[in-house]
Amino acid sequence: MQDRQSIRFLLGSETRVLTDILPTTTVLEYLRKVERMTGTKEGCAEGDCGACTVVIAEDVNGKLRYKACNSCIMFVPFLHGKQLITVEHLKDRNEQLHPVQQAMVDQHGSQCGFCTPGFVMSLFGMYHNGCDTSRAAIDDALAGNLCRCTGYAPIVRAARQALHGHRPDQFDHREKQTLRSLSDLDAAPSVHLDMSQQSYHAPATVKELKQILKENPESRIVAGATDVGLWVTKERRHLDCVISVSDIQELQSISIEKEMIRIGSAMTITDAMDTLSLYYPSLDELFRRYGSVQVRNQATIGGNVANGSPIGDSLPVLIALDAKLIISCAAGSRTLPAEDYFIDYGRQDLRPGEFLERIDLPLPVEGQHFRVYKLSKRFHQDISAVCGAFSVTLNAGIIQTVRISFGGMAATPRRAFHCEEALIGSPISGDVIDRGRQALQRDFTPITDFRGNSDYRTRVAGNLLEKLFDEISGHERPIVWEADCA
Amino acid sequence: MLDRPTKSLLPASVHKPIAHDSAERHVTGEAVYIDDIPEPRNLLHIWPALSPHAAARVTSMDTRRVGSAPGVVAVLDASIVPGKNDCSPTIGDDPVFAEGRVDFAGQVLFAVAAESELQARLACLESVVEYELEEPVLTIEQALERESFVLPSATIRRGEPERAIQDAPHQLEGTVRNGGQDHFYLEGQAAMAIPREGGDMVIYCSTQHPSEIQLLISKLLNKKLHSIIVEVRRMGGAFGGKESQASQWACIAAMAAERTGRPAKIRLDRDVDMLATGKRHDFSFRYRVGFGDDGTIHGLIVEMASKCGYSADLSKPINDRALLSIDNAYYLENVVATTHLCRTNSVSNTAFRGFGAPQAVLCIERIIDEIGCHLGKDPLQVRQRNYYGKRTRNITPYGMKVSDFVLNEMTVELVESSDYHARRQRIRQLNQGESNLLRGIALTPAKFGVSFTMSYFNQAGALVHVYTDGSIHLNHGGTEMGQGLFIKVAQVVADEFSVPLEWVKLAETNTSRVPNTSATAASSGSDLNSMAAKAAARTIKNRLIGVAAKAFGVEKDEVIFLNGSVIAGRSSVSFQKLAKMAQVACVSLSSTGYYKTPKITWDPKTMTGHPFYYFAYGVAVSEVAIDRLTGEYRITRVDILHDAGRSLNPAVDLGQIEGGFVQGTGWLTSEELWWDDNGVLKTHAPSTYKIPASGDVPEAFNVKIWERGRNVEQTIYRSKAVGEPPLLLAVSVFSAITDAVSSLSDYKRWSAIDAPATPERVLMAINEMRSSGV
Repeated sequence: MQDRQSIRFLLGSETRVLTDILPTTTVLEYLRKVERMTGTKEGCAEGDCGACTVVIAEDVNGKLRYKACNSCIMFVPFLHGKQLITVEHLKDRNEQLHPVQQAMVDQHGSQCGFCTPGFVMSLFGMYHNGCDTSRAAIDDALAGNLCRCTGYAPIVRAARQALHGHRPDQFDHREKQTLRSLSDLDAAPSVHLDMSQQSYHAPATVKELKQILKENPESRIVAGATDVGLWVTKERRHLDCVISVSDIQELQSISIEKEMIRIGSAMTITDAMDTLSLYYPSLDELFRRYGSVQVRNQATIGGNVANGSPIGDSLPVLIALDAKLIISCAAGSRTLPAEDYFIDYGRQDLRPGEFLERIDLPLPVEGQHFRVYKLSKRFHQDISAVCGAFSVTLNAGIIQTVRISFGGMAATPRRAFHCEEALIGSPISGDVIDRGRQALQRDFTPITDFRGNSDYRTRVAGNLLEKLFDEISGHERPIVWEADCA
Repeated sequence: MLDRPTKSLLPASVHKPIAHDSAERHVTGEAVYIDDIPEPRNLLHIWPALSPHAAARVTSMDTRRVGSAPGVVAVLDASIVPGKNDCSPTIGDDPVFAEGRVDFAGQVLFAVAAESELQARLACLESVVEYELEEPVLTIEQALERESFVLPSATIRRGEPERAIQDAPHQLEGTVRNGGQDHFYLEGQAAMAIPREGGDMVIYCSTQHPSEIQLLISKLLNKKLHSIIVEVRRMGGAFGGKESQASQWACIAAMAAERTGRPAKIRLDRDVDMLATGKRHDFSFRYRVGFGDDGTIHGLIVEMASKCGYSADLSKPINDRALLSIDNAYYLENVVATTHLCRTNSVSNTAFRGFGAPQAVLCIERIIDEIGCHLGKDPLQVRQRNYYGKRTRNITPYGMKVSDFVLNEMTVELVESSDYHARRQRIRQLNQGESNLLRGIALTPAKFGVSFTMSYFNQAGALVHVYTDGSIHLNHGGTEMGQGLFIKVAQVVADEFSVPLEWVKLAETNTSRVPNTSATAASSGSDLNSMAAKAAARTIKNRLIGVAAKAFGVEKDEVIFLNGSVIAGRSSVSFQKLAKMAQVACVSLSSTGYYKTPKITWDPKTMTGHPFYYFAYGVAVSEVAIDRLTGEYRITRVDILHDAGRSLNPAVDLGQIEGGFVQGTGWLTSEELWWDDNGVLKTHAPSTYKIPASGDVPEAFNVKIWERGRNVEQTIYRSKAVGEPPLLLAVSVFSAITDAVSSLSDYKRWSAIDAPATPERVLMAINEMRSSGV
């Protein structure tokens, strides 16, 4: 019988077995305070600056998969069965710098040096994930790391130097050994830590999850914890019982069945984005702008839906595409249209003991045009001021069906019913845009906050309608910044 | 003394693109910042409790439950300060702990020292504080209306601008404003105080100004300066934000250590850091300008107002520098500029790279753009028309001669290399088509006066030891914040002794080794400290020359230092050996060095004199593309030519230019500080406050150090300061955005967009431009 009451992982190449650590201890806190490894830095404690970036390696079908993650909002139990690699581990046995480190030195990629360990680890993740050397790819890979000194140019040069000279590194050479060490950890597939202040469950199956939820209906479910992590680091909230679904393989599959894309709720954005963008190409840019590599490696679509934020980026998409949520509990499952899930600010249709099991997204149909536009102050890694998703089917230039959904315009992500009504049955012309624009004002009375003023939100929402029609009528092609600005 | 020629060969280290001294330690995580120092046993952790209100009288503050919370060892507040409850760098108006009232949301009420950070943090929530709320002053407009100022207004004046404007063929008037900017150094404020025997104390602090912290702690704790040592090896970024703003936290840590007899550390998390520490000043400008048909400015009146926050801090010299920078690169024959130092119920704004100059430059460049638009000319022509002259038109409004105005040459060079004219023409054609993309381009110059406007700050000290194995220990008063100061000074010292750079050990900055130092600020770090270190090294070198001359029986001028050896006539000895010989001959191998900037004069009453040793110059061309429907935009290309004199280290200087430009771009584009109606800052973390990311920097980012650059003044190896000036070049991005928006009026009317040009502001400016029907 495996020991379910310990967290087992590799710190570099050393085995760690933890039994008495508070489960919501962050990996960053653990590194700095327990291991006294201070190379990994805290810049923001909210997963937005990347100074705390570490790389997690795990066995995926007999190969190591490397993922850059924000250690500041990752709980220690997440390391279970994996290898934690920090900036301190990159030099080889002869004390030679890793190629990404050497490139950063050669290209003068550090000034104050505080963000540098995080950049080095993102570059290391990139090194092992075969990033191409285009600027867009490098920017996407580095979007989760902020540097205030260099202006990034030398770091981009360092990325290129490292990628151009790519050759197997010491981690590749040791891959077999590491895989063996990981398996020697004998990490139990499911974990249960019961501490006086906090209990933690990481079930391995949906069946187990249902049982645990039945016994602990008020517990907090986490997947990547990119949001819940902030409750701990920012608000110092105490959580009595935490259930992690990130080890449940059943919740991490994506498949096509019955004209539906079935997305397991614990799929990370990284794992889901390519498939979804294949069917709905407009999602490509949205996902590139969704958090950062580090966030996408941790965050899940299920988490984005379940926490019900009014500005979650996937929500308007799911509503516009009429996705269905499969919500389960020990007693069974129910199916709910995504749009009905959000009741009010901070209130969702998820009862104690229930969890989001799956999201079913219809496949595109003939004549359907789908577009999503995200607007924020910064292109990369920002939260939307407004996010608009549009699904329109046209027949001979006449709008047959239309579903429009906005984030950032109300207390919840919501459909624009008046606007839809104004558009349906009309040809795409200047006229209909004005009608749609006016109807939108009946649909929404957005608030003013630091992400945008009310009148900006209203105006830009209308403009997105214009953009949509420009694009689907072929009048304008979509702006692709990298290409248009070259 | 320094000018006496000595024998050494061409520099081996200076002028070379040598990596930052800590580069290898940065990339391996070995570089130690305050929070990385191994923690002493017994260490206490401190958390500050902040005011939630912007303006209130504190009628009662009950911290009894705080004191009895788990793990709490001490509660620190104003009532138990042994000495002076103040951490102001200037006029004594910054209480370490609030006393009877709070003047901004984020002000420190008290602080808790506990066994763990979490305990200190949770204990802070246990206080009961009662307030009597007052009507806060939150904006520049409110402050002007209520005549709420931290210090009297200041004016700079030459000629008769009123009449010159009246008599000019054309007149324009307008306004422009800019927002503030958080420094967003990646390492937040941090300090650790360790008590020593006899009441002494060592404070490790992330600060640009160790001597000031030493002084403030001595006043806070009623101790002599000799009892307090402040040390900093490096900062994880500072940008002006750790000049005066590091003091309060060091004071609190010192007080906790004094009170408990235990080591104590304070490290602000990002939210507290952004709520409680000062930022760049918002400015509001109102201007009236008269000009000729060719764009020559005949007269200019500018009224500025800056948001200083609740106290004076460094607002006076910052506003002075704004006044001294309103000319930027232009000869203003008749000008009056006045600045008001507005007192608001917000955090006290402070030094930030550029120190008031970027704001003033934003204003004058807007004026030039508008003149160009009004006359239907390329604003570049107007710029060149108004540039300072070489022999005439070369006196600034404050009476200083511009003796090396190189912007004409630099502009011509950049116009050529950036293909400015052809691109501008192409953009104008593209904008006539029916596209959702609007494009804009602009060239703006920068002239930046180098020296502290606080004249006596322009001095530095150093301490150099040569050991008997030939290795060298280098101390100076400057602090390393990533700008590459340490490596530059080391290069100078290595070359002075003509030894390999690795022989020079860079020591942490420590107030007991080099006392009474100035802040490392005003771009002056390498100018001042390299000179002081060179002087110290020169003293030792001269002694070594004496030892060699005597030992080998040659004249002193026959002794030559060369690549780690010393040649004396026909004899030769290694540098190590000579050092050992000096010890045996009872000759000291240690020396201090001192430097003060020459030529500086300043009369604060008349606002005239020679406040700067020299000027640094730069010029940039930026191009942008805007999505007409959303206001989102990208910078598509940037070309920069920057004058670093004869660069001490071109790799370091290039990094300063690229980094300074991008930081300035953030200030003018995506970085928006947003307060709610109660004066509470709502953008206090990177999730809500957006500094540039990698994707905001264009692939076509062509940055060059001007090859012909050479300082006409006798600075260290004829180099120029490079920390702040490049930030001013980001104004070209703002002008390019405005150019793009103005295309909607067919360039008949210049958009009055304010900074930061967020997508929202850009879209609103587009709408305004379209609905005004031009």
